[in-house]
Amino acid sequence: MKDKASPVRLSFLVFGFAFLYIPILSLVFYSFNRSRLVTVWGGFSTEWYGRLFENTQILDAAWLSLRVAAMNATGATILGTLAGLALARFSRFRGRTLFTGMITAPLVMPEVITGLSLLLLFVATEQAFGWPEGRGVSTITIAHMTLTLSYVAVIVQSRLSSLDISLEEAAMDLGARPAKVFLLITLPIISPALVSGWLLAFTISLDDLVIASFVSGPGSSTLPMVIFSKVRLGVSPDINALATIMVSLVTLGVIIAGVVMLRRERARQRDLRMASASDAS
Amino acid sequence: MKPDAQSPKAAAPAAERLAGGSRRALDTIGRLPPCRWTQALLTRWGISARTAVIAVPYLWLLLFFAAPFVIVLKISFSETQIAMPPYQPLLEWAGERLTDIRLDVNPGNFLYLIEDSLYLRAFANSLQVAAVSTLLALLIGYPLAYAIARSDPRWRGILLMLVILPFWTSFLLRVYAWIGILKNNGLLNNLLIWLGIIDQPIVMLQTDFATYLGIVYCYLPFMVMPLYANLEKMDLTLLEAAEDLGCRPLRAFASITLPLSLPGIVAGCMLVFIPAVGEYVIPALLGPADSLMIGKVLWTEFFNNRDWPVASAVAVVLLLLLVAPIMYFQRVQGRESGGRP
Repeated sequence: MKDKASPVRLSFLVFGFAFLYIPILSLVFYSFNRSRLVTVWGGFSTEWYGRLFENTQILDAAWLSLRVAAMNATGATILGTLAGLALARFSRFRGRTLFTGMITAPLVMPEVITGLSLLLLFVATEQAFGWPEGRGVSTITIAHMTLTLSYVAVIVQSRLSSLDISLEEAAMDLGARPAKVFLLITLPIISPALVSGWLLAFTISLDDLVIASFVSGPGSSTLPMVIFSKVRLGVSPDINALATIMVSLVTLGVIIAGVVMLRRERARQRDLRMASASDAS
Repeated sequence: MKPDAQSPKAAAPAAERLAGGSRRALDTIGRLPPCRWTQALLTRWGISARTAVIAVPYLWLLLFFAAPFVIVLKISFSETQIAMPPYQPLLEWAGERLTDIRLDVNPGNFLYLIEDSLYLRAFANSLQVAAVSTLLALLIGYPLAYAIARSDPRWRGILLMLVILPFWTSFLLRVYAWIGILKNNGLLNNLLIWLGIIDQPIVMLQTDFATYLGIVYCYLPFMVMPLYANLEKMDLTLLEAAEDLGCRPLRAFASITLPLSLPGIVAGCMLVFIPAVGEYVIPALLGPADSLMIGKVLWTEFFNNRDWPVASAVAVVLLLLLVAPIMYFQRVQGRESGGRP
């Protein structure tokens, strides 16, 4: 039965991946187009990459976005790890339902609502306490952290619940304090989850247009905000060049992560084999 | 804290003592492993580590996720005024005494949403667009998830990675890619003309079709992931049993695979439907200029009309519409992942 359905399955795969990748590949393809009309081929050229690196507006925005994304990812990873730990390890505490709700709701909440509500909060606290003084990098970072800590929490939680708890119990039986157990046993084991959580928080922040538009102030335009205002006026080839750079970086990152993970997995398998071999002897 | 390096004598003795004290404290802290001193600090404040782990993210979310909704609710009941911020305070002390609180609850914004048919049409249209896109995403995503889940285990990881990869590249740029494909002299029209299927370009950009396509394209990974997770762990011996008993593959699919994958279908549909209702970027870039998507209406009220109270009222109604699906999603999510000790 498995083989009979194979052509059908193959066509599903081909169709699905064609749908996912043709638009991205078309972006890459036309970034090397000499013509200003993005979709009319005028010969090979890397002119638009040069133009991109002369565009200080885009470069400034990219630098701002990268800083926000890095700060956000670090903060969200810390908060998200704590939240994931609380969800996975403490099955009962007061207000757990509300806590779970506040973790999962941001995952699906329409961005316009999150953005508007955070802006109104910042305006209200500025009136009441004088904080934050104007909006910019700090407000965008806080807003992004609130959104992305949920993603980190979910990743960390699922990693923790698949973790063999007997390792932690063994360490505690041997007299380690809970904090030490966490730092020496739990943290190293969940570190892949922390890395992917950090990267996810980083990319979500780097990509967010709607929330940033609400909570940013004058003079702090993030990269998506600059791209959006350019794209609204129509296609422009330097955006294609920018897209190509971003796609290549992401692909490179994913390949590196994949290779590292494969190596670790092989090493783990080898350790397991050696452990079982020494058991047998 | 540090004494001035250029004029050490000028530093007051008290300040020096203080600086020395804090340096000693820092030294002690530095010698201890970090787990020790955090614990010592927490015990001194009478907080257990457990409370701290829960409290820090909890307070953050209360402050930056829950509290803002209260403010949105508050402002949705206030009146617009030309000032910064452009709304009237809801609570005012009209007189000297504390009892003189004047509460200006103004349901006008909500009445306005009902009176002006634009808003009702926008809500209805958003729900419809989201529902149709979710269905289309399911029709494309299910076969894909199914094919990945039933492929060779060696390939599954890579295929799944290929589904997630676009999600890691910029959302905005993926929407932008469709502008180049759909516009009048874009890729698709050029291709169709070259093939001789049409001789005049079809208007595809700035239509509802483009909005559907954009939503399906951008949210497809969210549909495929839960479906794959569900289909992958399905017990295949059930299908073998059905085959042994003479059941045709299509029938076996309809009566075994499909019902069993229902939780995955529900989770995937929720992940697409809920954010799609409030989507702004996709209808703004691909949809018709006058498209009535509620996310776009909220954006216009806020940024173009600067009517914060009406924008807040729109947000409140949108949230009320989505509360049921969000709660349902959380229950499904909770059953899938949480609740275990």
